[in-house]
Amino acid sequence: MKMINTKAIYILWLREMKTFIRAKSRVVGTLVMPLLFLGFLGIGFTGLSLPGIPKDINYLQYLVPGMIGMTMIFTSMFTGMSVLWDRQFGFLKEIMVTPVSRVSIVIGRITGGTTTSVIQGVAILFISLLLGFKIFGVLPVLLSVVFMILTSVAFIGFGLAIASKMKDMQGFGLIMNFVMFPLLFLSGALFPIDNLPLAVKAIAYLNPLTYGVDGMRGVLIGVSSLPVVLSLAILTGFCALMVFLGAYLFEKSESV
Amino acid sequence: MFAIKVEDLTKTFNGTTAVDHISFNVNNGELFGLLGPNGAGKTTTINILSTLLKPTSGYAEVAGFNVLKDRDAVRNSIGVVFQDTALDNRLTGRENLEFHSVMYGMSKEERNERIREVMELVELSDKADVLVEKYSGGMKRRLEIARGLIHKPKVLFLDEPSLGLDAQTRRAIWEYIRKLNKEEVSIILTTHYMEEADYLCERVAIVDHGKIVALDTPQNLKDSLGGDVVSLELQEQNDDGFEAELKGFEWIEGIDRHDGMLDLKVKNADKHIPEIFLTAERRGVAINSIHLRKPSLEDVFLRYTGKTIREQEAGQADRHRGRAIRGGHR
Repeated sequence: MKMINTKAIYILWLREMKTFIRAKSRVVGTLVMPLLFLGFLGIGFTGLSLPGIPKDINYLQYLVPGMIGMTMIFTSMFTGMSVLWDRQFGFLKEIMVTPVSRVSIVIGRITGGTTTSVIQGVAILFISLLLGFKIFGVLPVLLSVVFMILTSVAFIGFGLAIASKMKDMQGFGLIMNFVMFPLLFLSGALFPIDNLPLAVKAIAYLNPLTYGVDGMRGVLIGVSSLPVVLSLAILTGFCALMVFLGAYLFEKSESV
Repeated sequence: MFAIKVEDLTKTFNGTTAVDHISFNVNNGELFGLLGPNGAGKTTTINILSTLLKPTSGYAEVAGFNVLKDRDAVRNSIGVVFQDTALDNRLTGRENLEFHSVMYGMSKEERNERIREVMELVELSDKADVLVEKYSGGMKRRLEIARGLIHKPKVLFLDEPSLGLDAQTRRAIWEYIRKLNKEEVSIILTTHYMEEADYLCERVAIVDHGKIVALDTPQNLKDSLGGDVVSLELQEQNDDGFEAELKGFEWIEGIDRHDGMLDLKVKNADKHIPEIFLTAERRGVAINSIHLRKPSLEDVFLRYTGKTIREQEAGQADRHRGRAIRGGHR
């Protein structure tokens, strides 16, 4: 039995795509929140100067990469945890009795989830152009997609790891409130983390989203706390770690 | 070679023994049944045999492969229809089957042909491109059976195939299961419906509290209770000659007289009722009514466990509640 079964990965990806296209309400739902944030915060705080944000940078410019990051963490965690849906609806068993290696199943889920997340991230990016966000050419957009992919993969792995330790969807709200929102606030998505107390800042630097958002900000608007290359390297490291952790826990979890 | 070989298999969940040292074999091409109340350990057994759960101890082999060591080989040889629906509602019937056949590495031509074949078998061809969420319960079940067969498994597991279906749909499902024998597949099904086990299975293992309490053909199991009972209501209450003559037949195993009724214990009563009538007529004995009662698997279950399956389920439901409150395993 080969470990990497490309056909199986493809069909898992295809399933993710088909259900994504058919679940229009879910897509709208995940896009609404970042857009509300962008609309109300971005426009409401226009002209606001926060310590840590250069004077010549509009708050909306600053916020857009953060909102893309927010979209990434929410959609990706959701994909990672959709294992729980599959478990609830029995489909996980159907996947688990097939002779496809668990690694391929995890890769299939990650490629599918990353694709849908990036589509949504890019959608936010383009919608924010309508709100007045300025981009500087195609290359920054392509580079930001690289950061989107890495952020998404890392959080799908993380979501998978959490889902493997849970029995059903009941804890999902808890995870939303106690994991996803703190990760969002401690990522610099909304405000610079440089102003935070040292202890909190230390936690922020353990958060993969911090590097995703900072990197995207670096490539899109040219402002970042860390060198873009460093963010890229650290994020890649997180990515590998999370995928390994997610795959390992998923492999060990029982599917019934 | 056996389709399934189980030796001393045990599974415990946090101190609760779900499967308790069971052993049985299923022959190639056999339709084998595990009959027992909910919570008897049937599904756990299926989950172990289909590699979804690891046994606590014991040995099991499916299609000649060890369920612990050759998991992929086992997975390649089996099809499973789970107790609870395991379909993606957001996909169409055909897409569900396509997903499955690609996971089993089937080529495109092979896939299309098999999908057409199995959809025809379960009579869903005209619904193939409808989203599964629009399917009825019976249609979902049929689709799952079709899916279980698509990759031509050597062994097919059916976990409560007709659970929650109405009588008519259940009949239809039974007919499909019978048709499957033509696909040369060994089938192991679990059920808590007596009639289902009786109608479908060549051999039945009666499972209770994780143990196999009896294993034989449905006929032998019922025969072990001592044959059918024919009750005659006679017009003339005291025709001893008639009774004596009946006693002479080797197929009559006992006669009981009570409340004006004559209870005959008879082997294969269907065949001998005409003879009883002929004897009565010859002797001029008038029969007012006749009642034939055949022992069912329910009687067998009662005999081996001391409870009917319904009482048993009520009791186990209570235990489950207790366990749930203590926060144990489902």
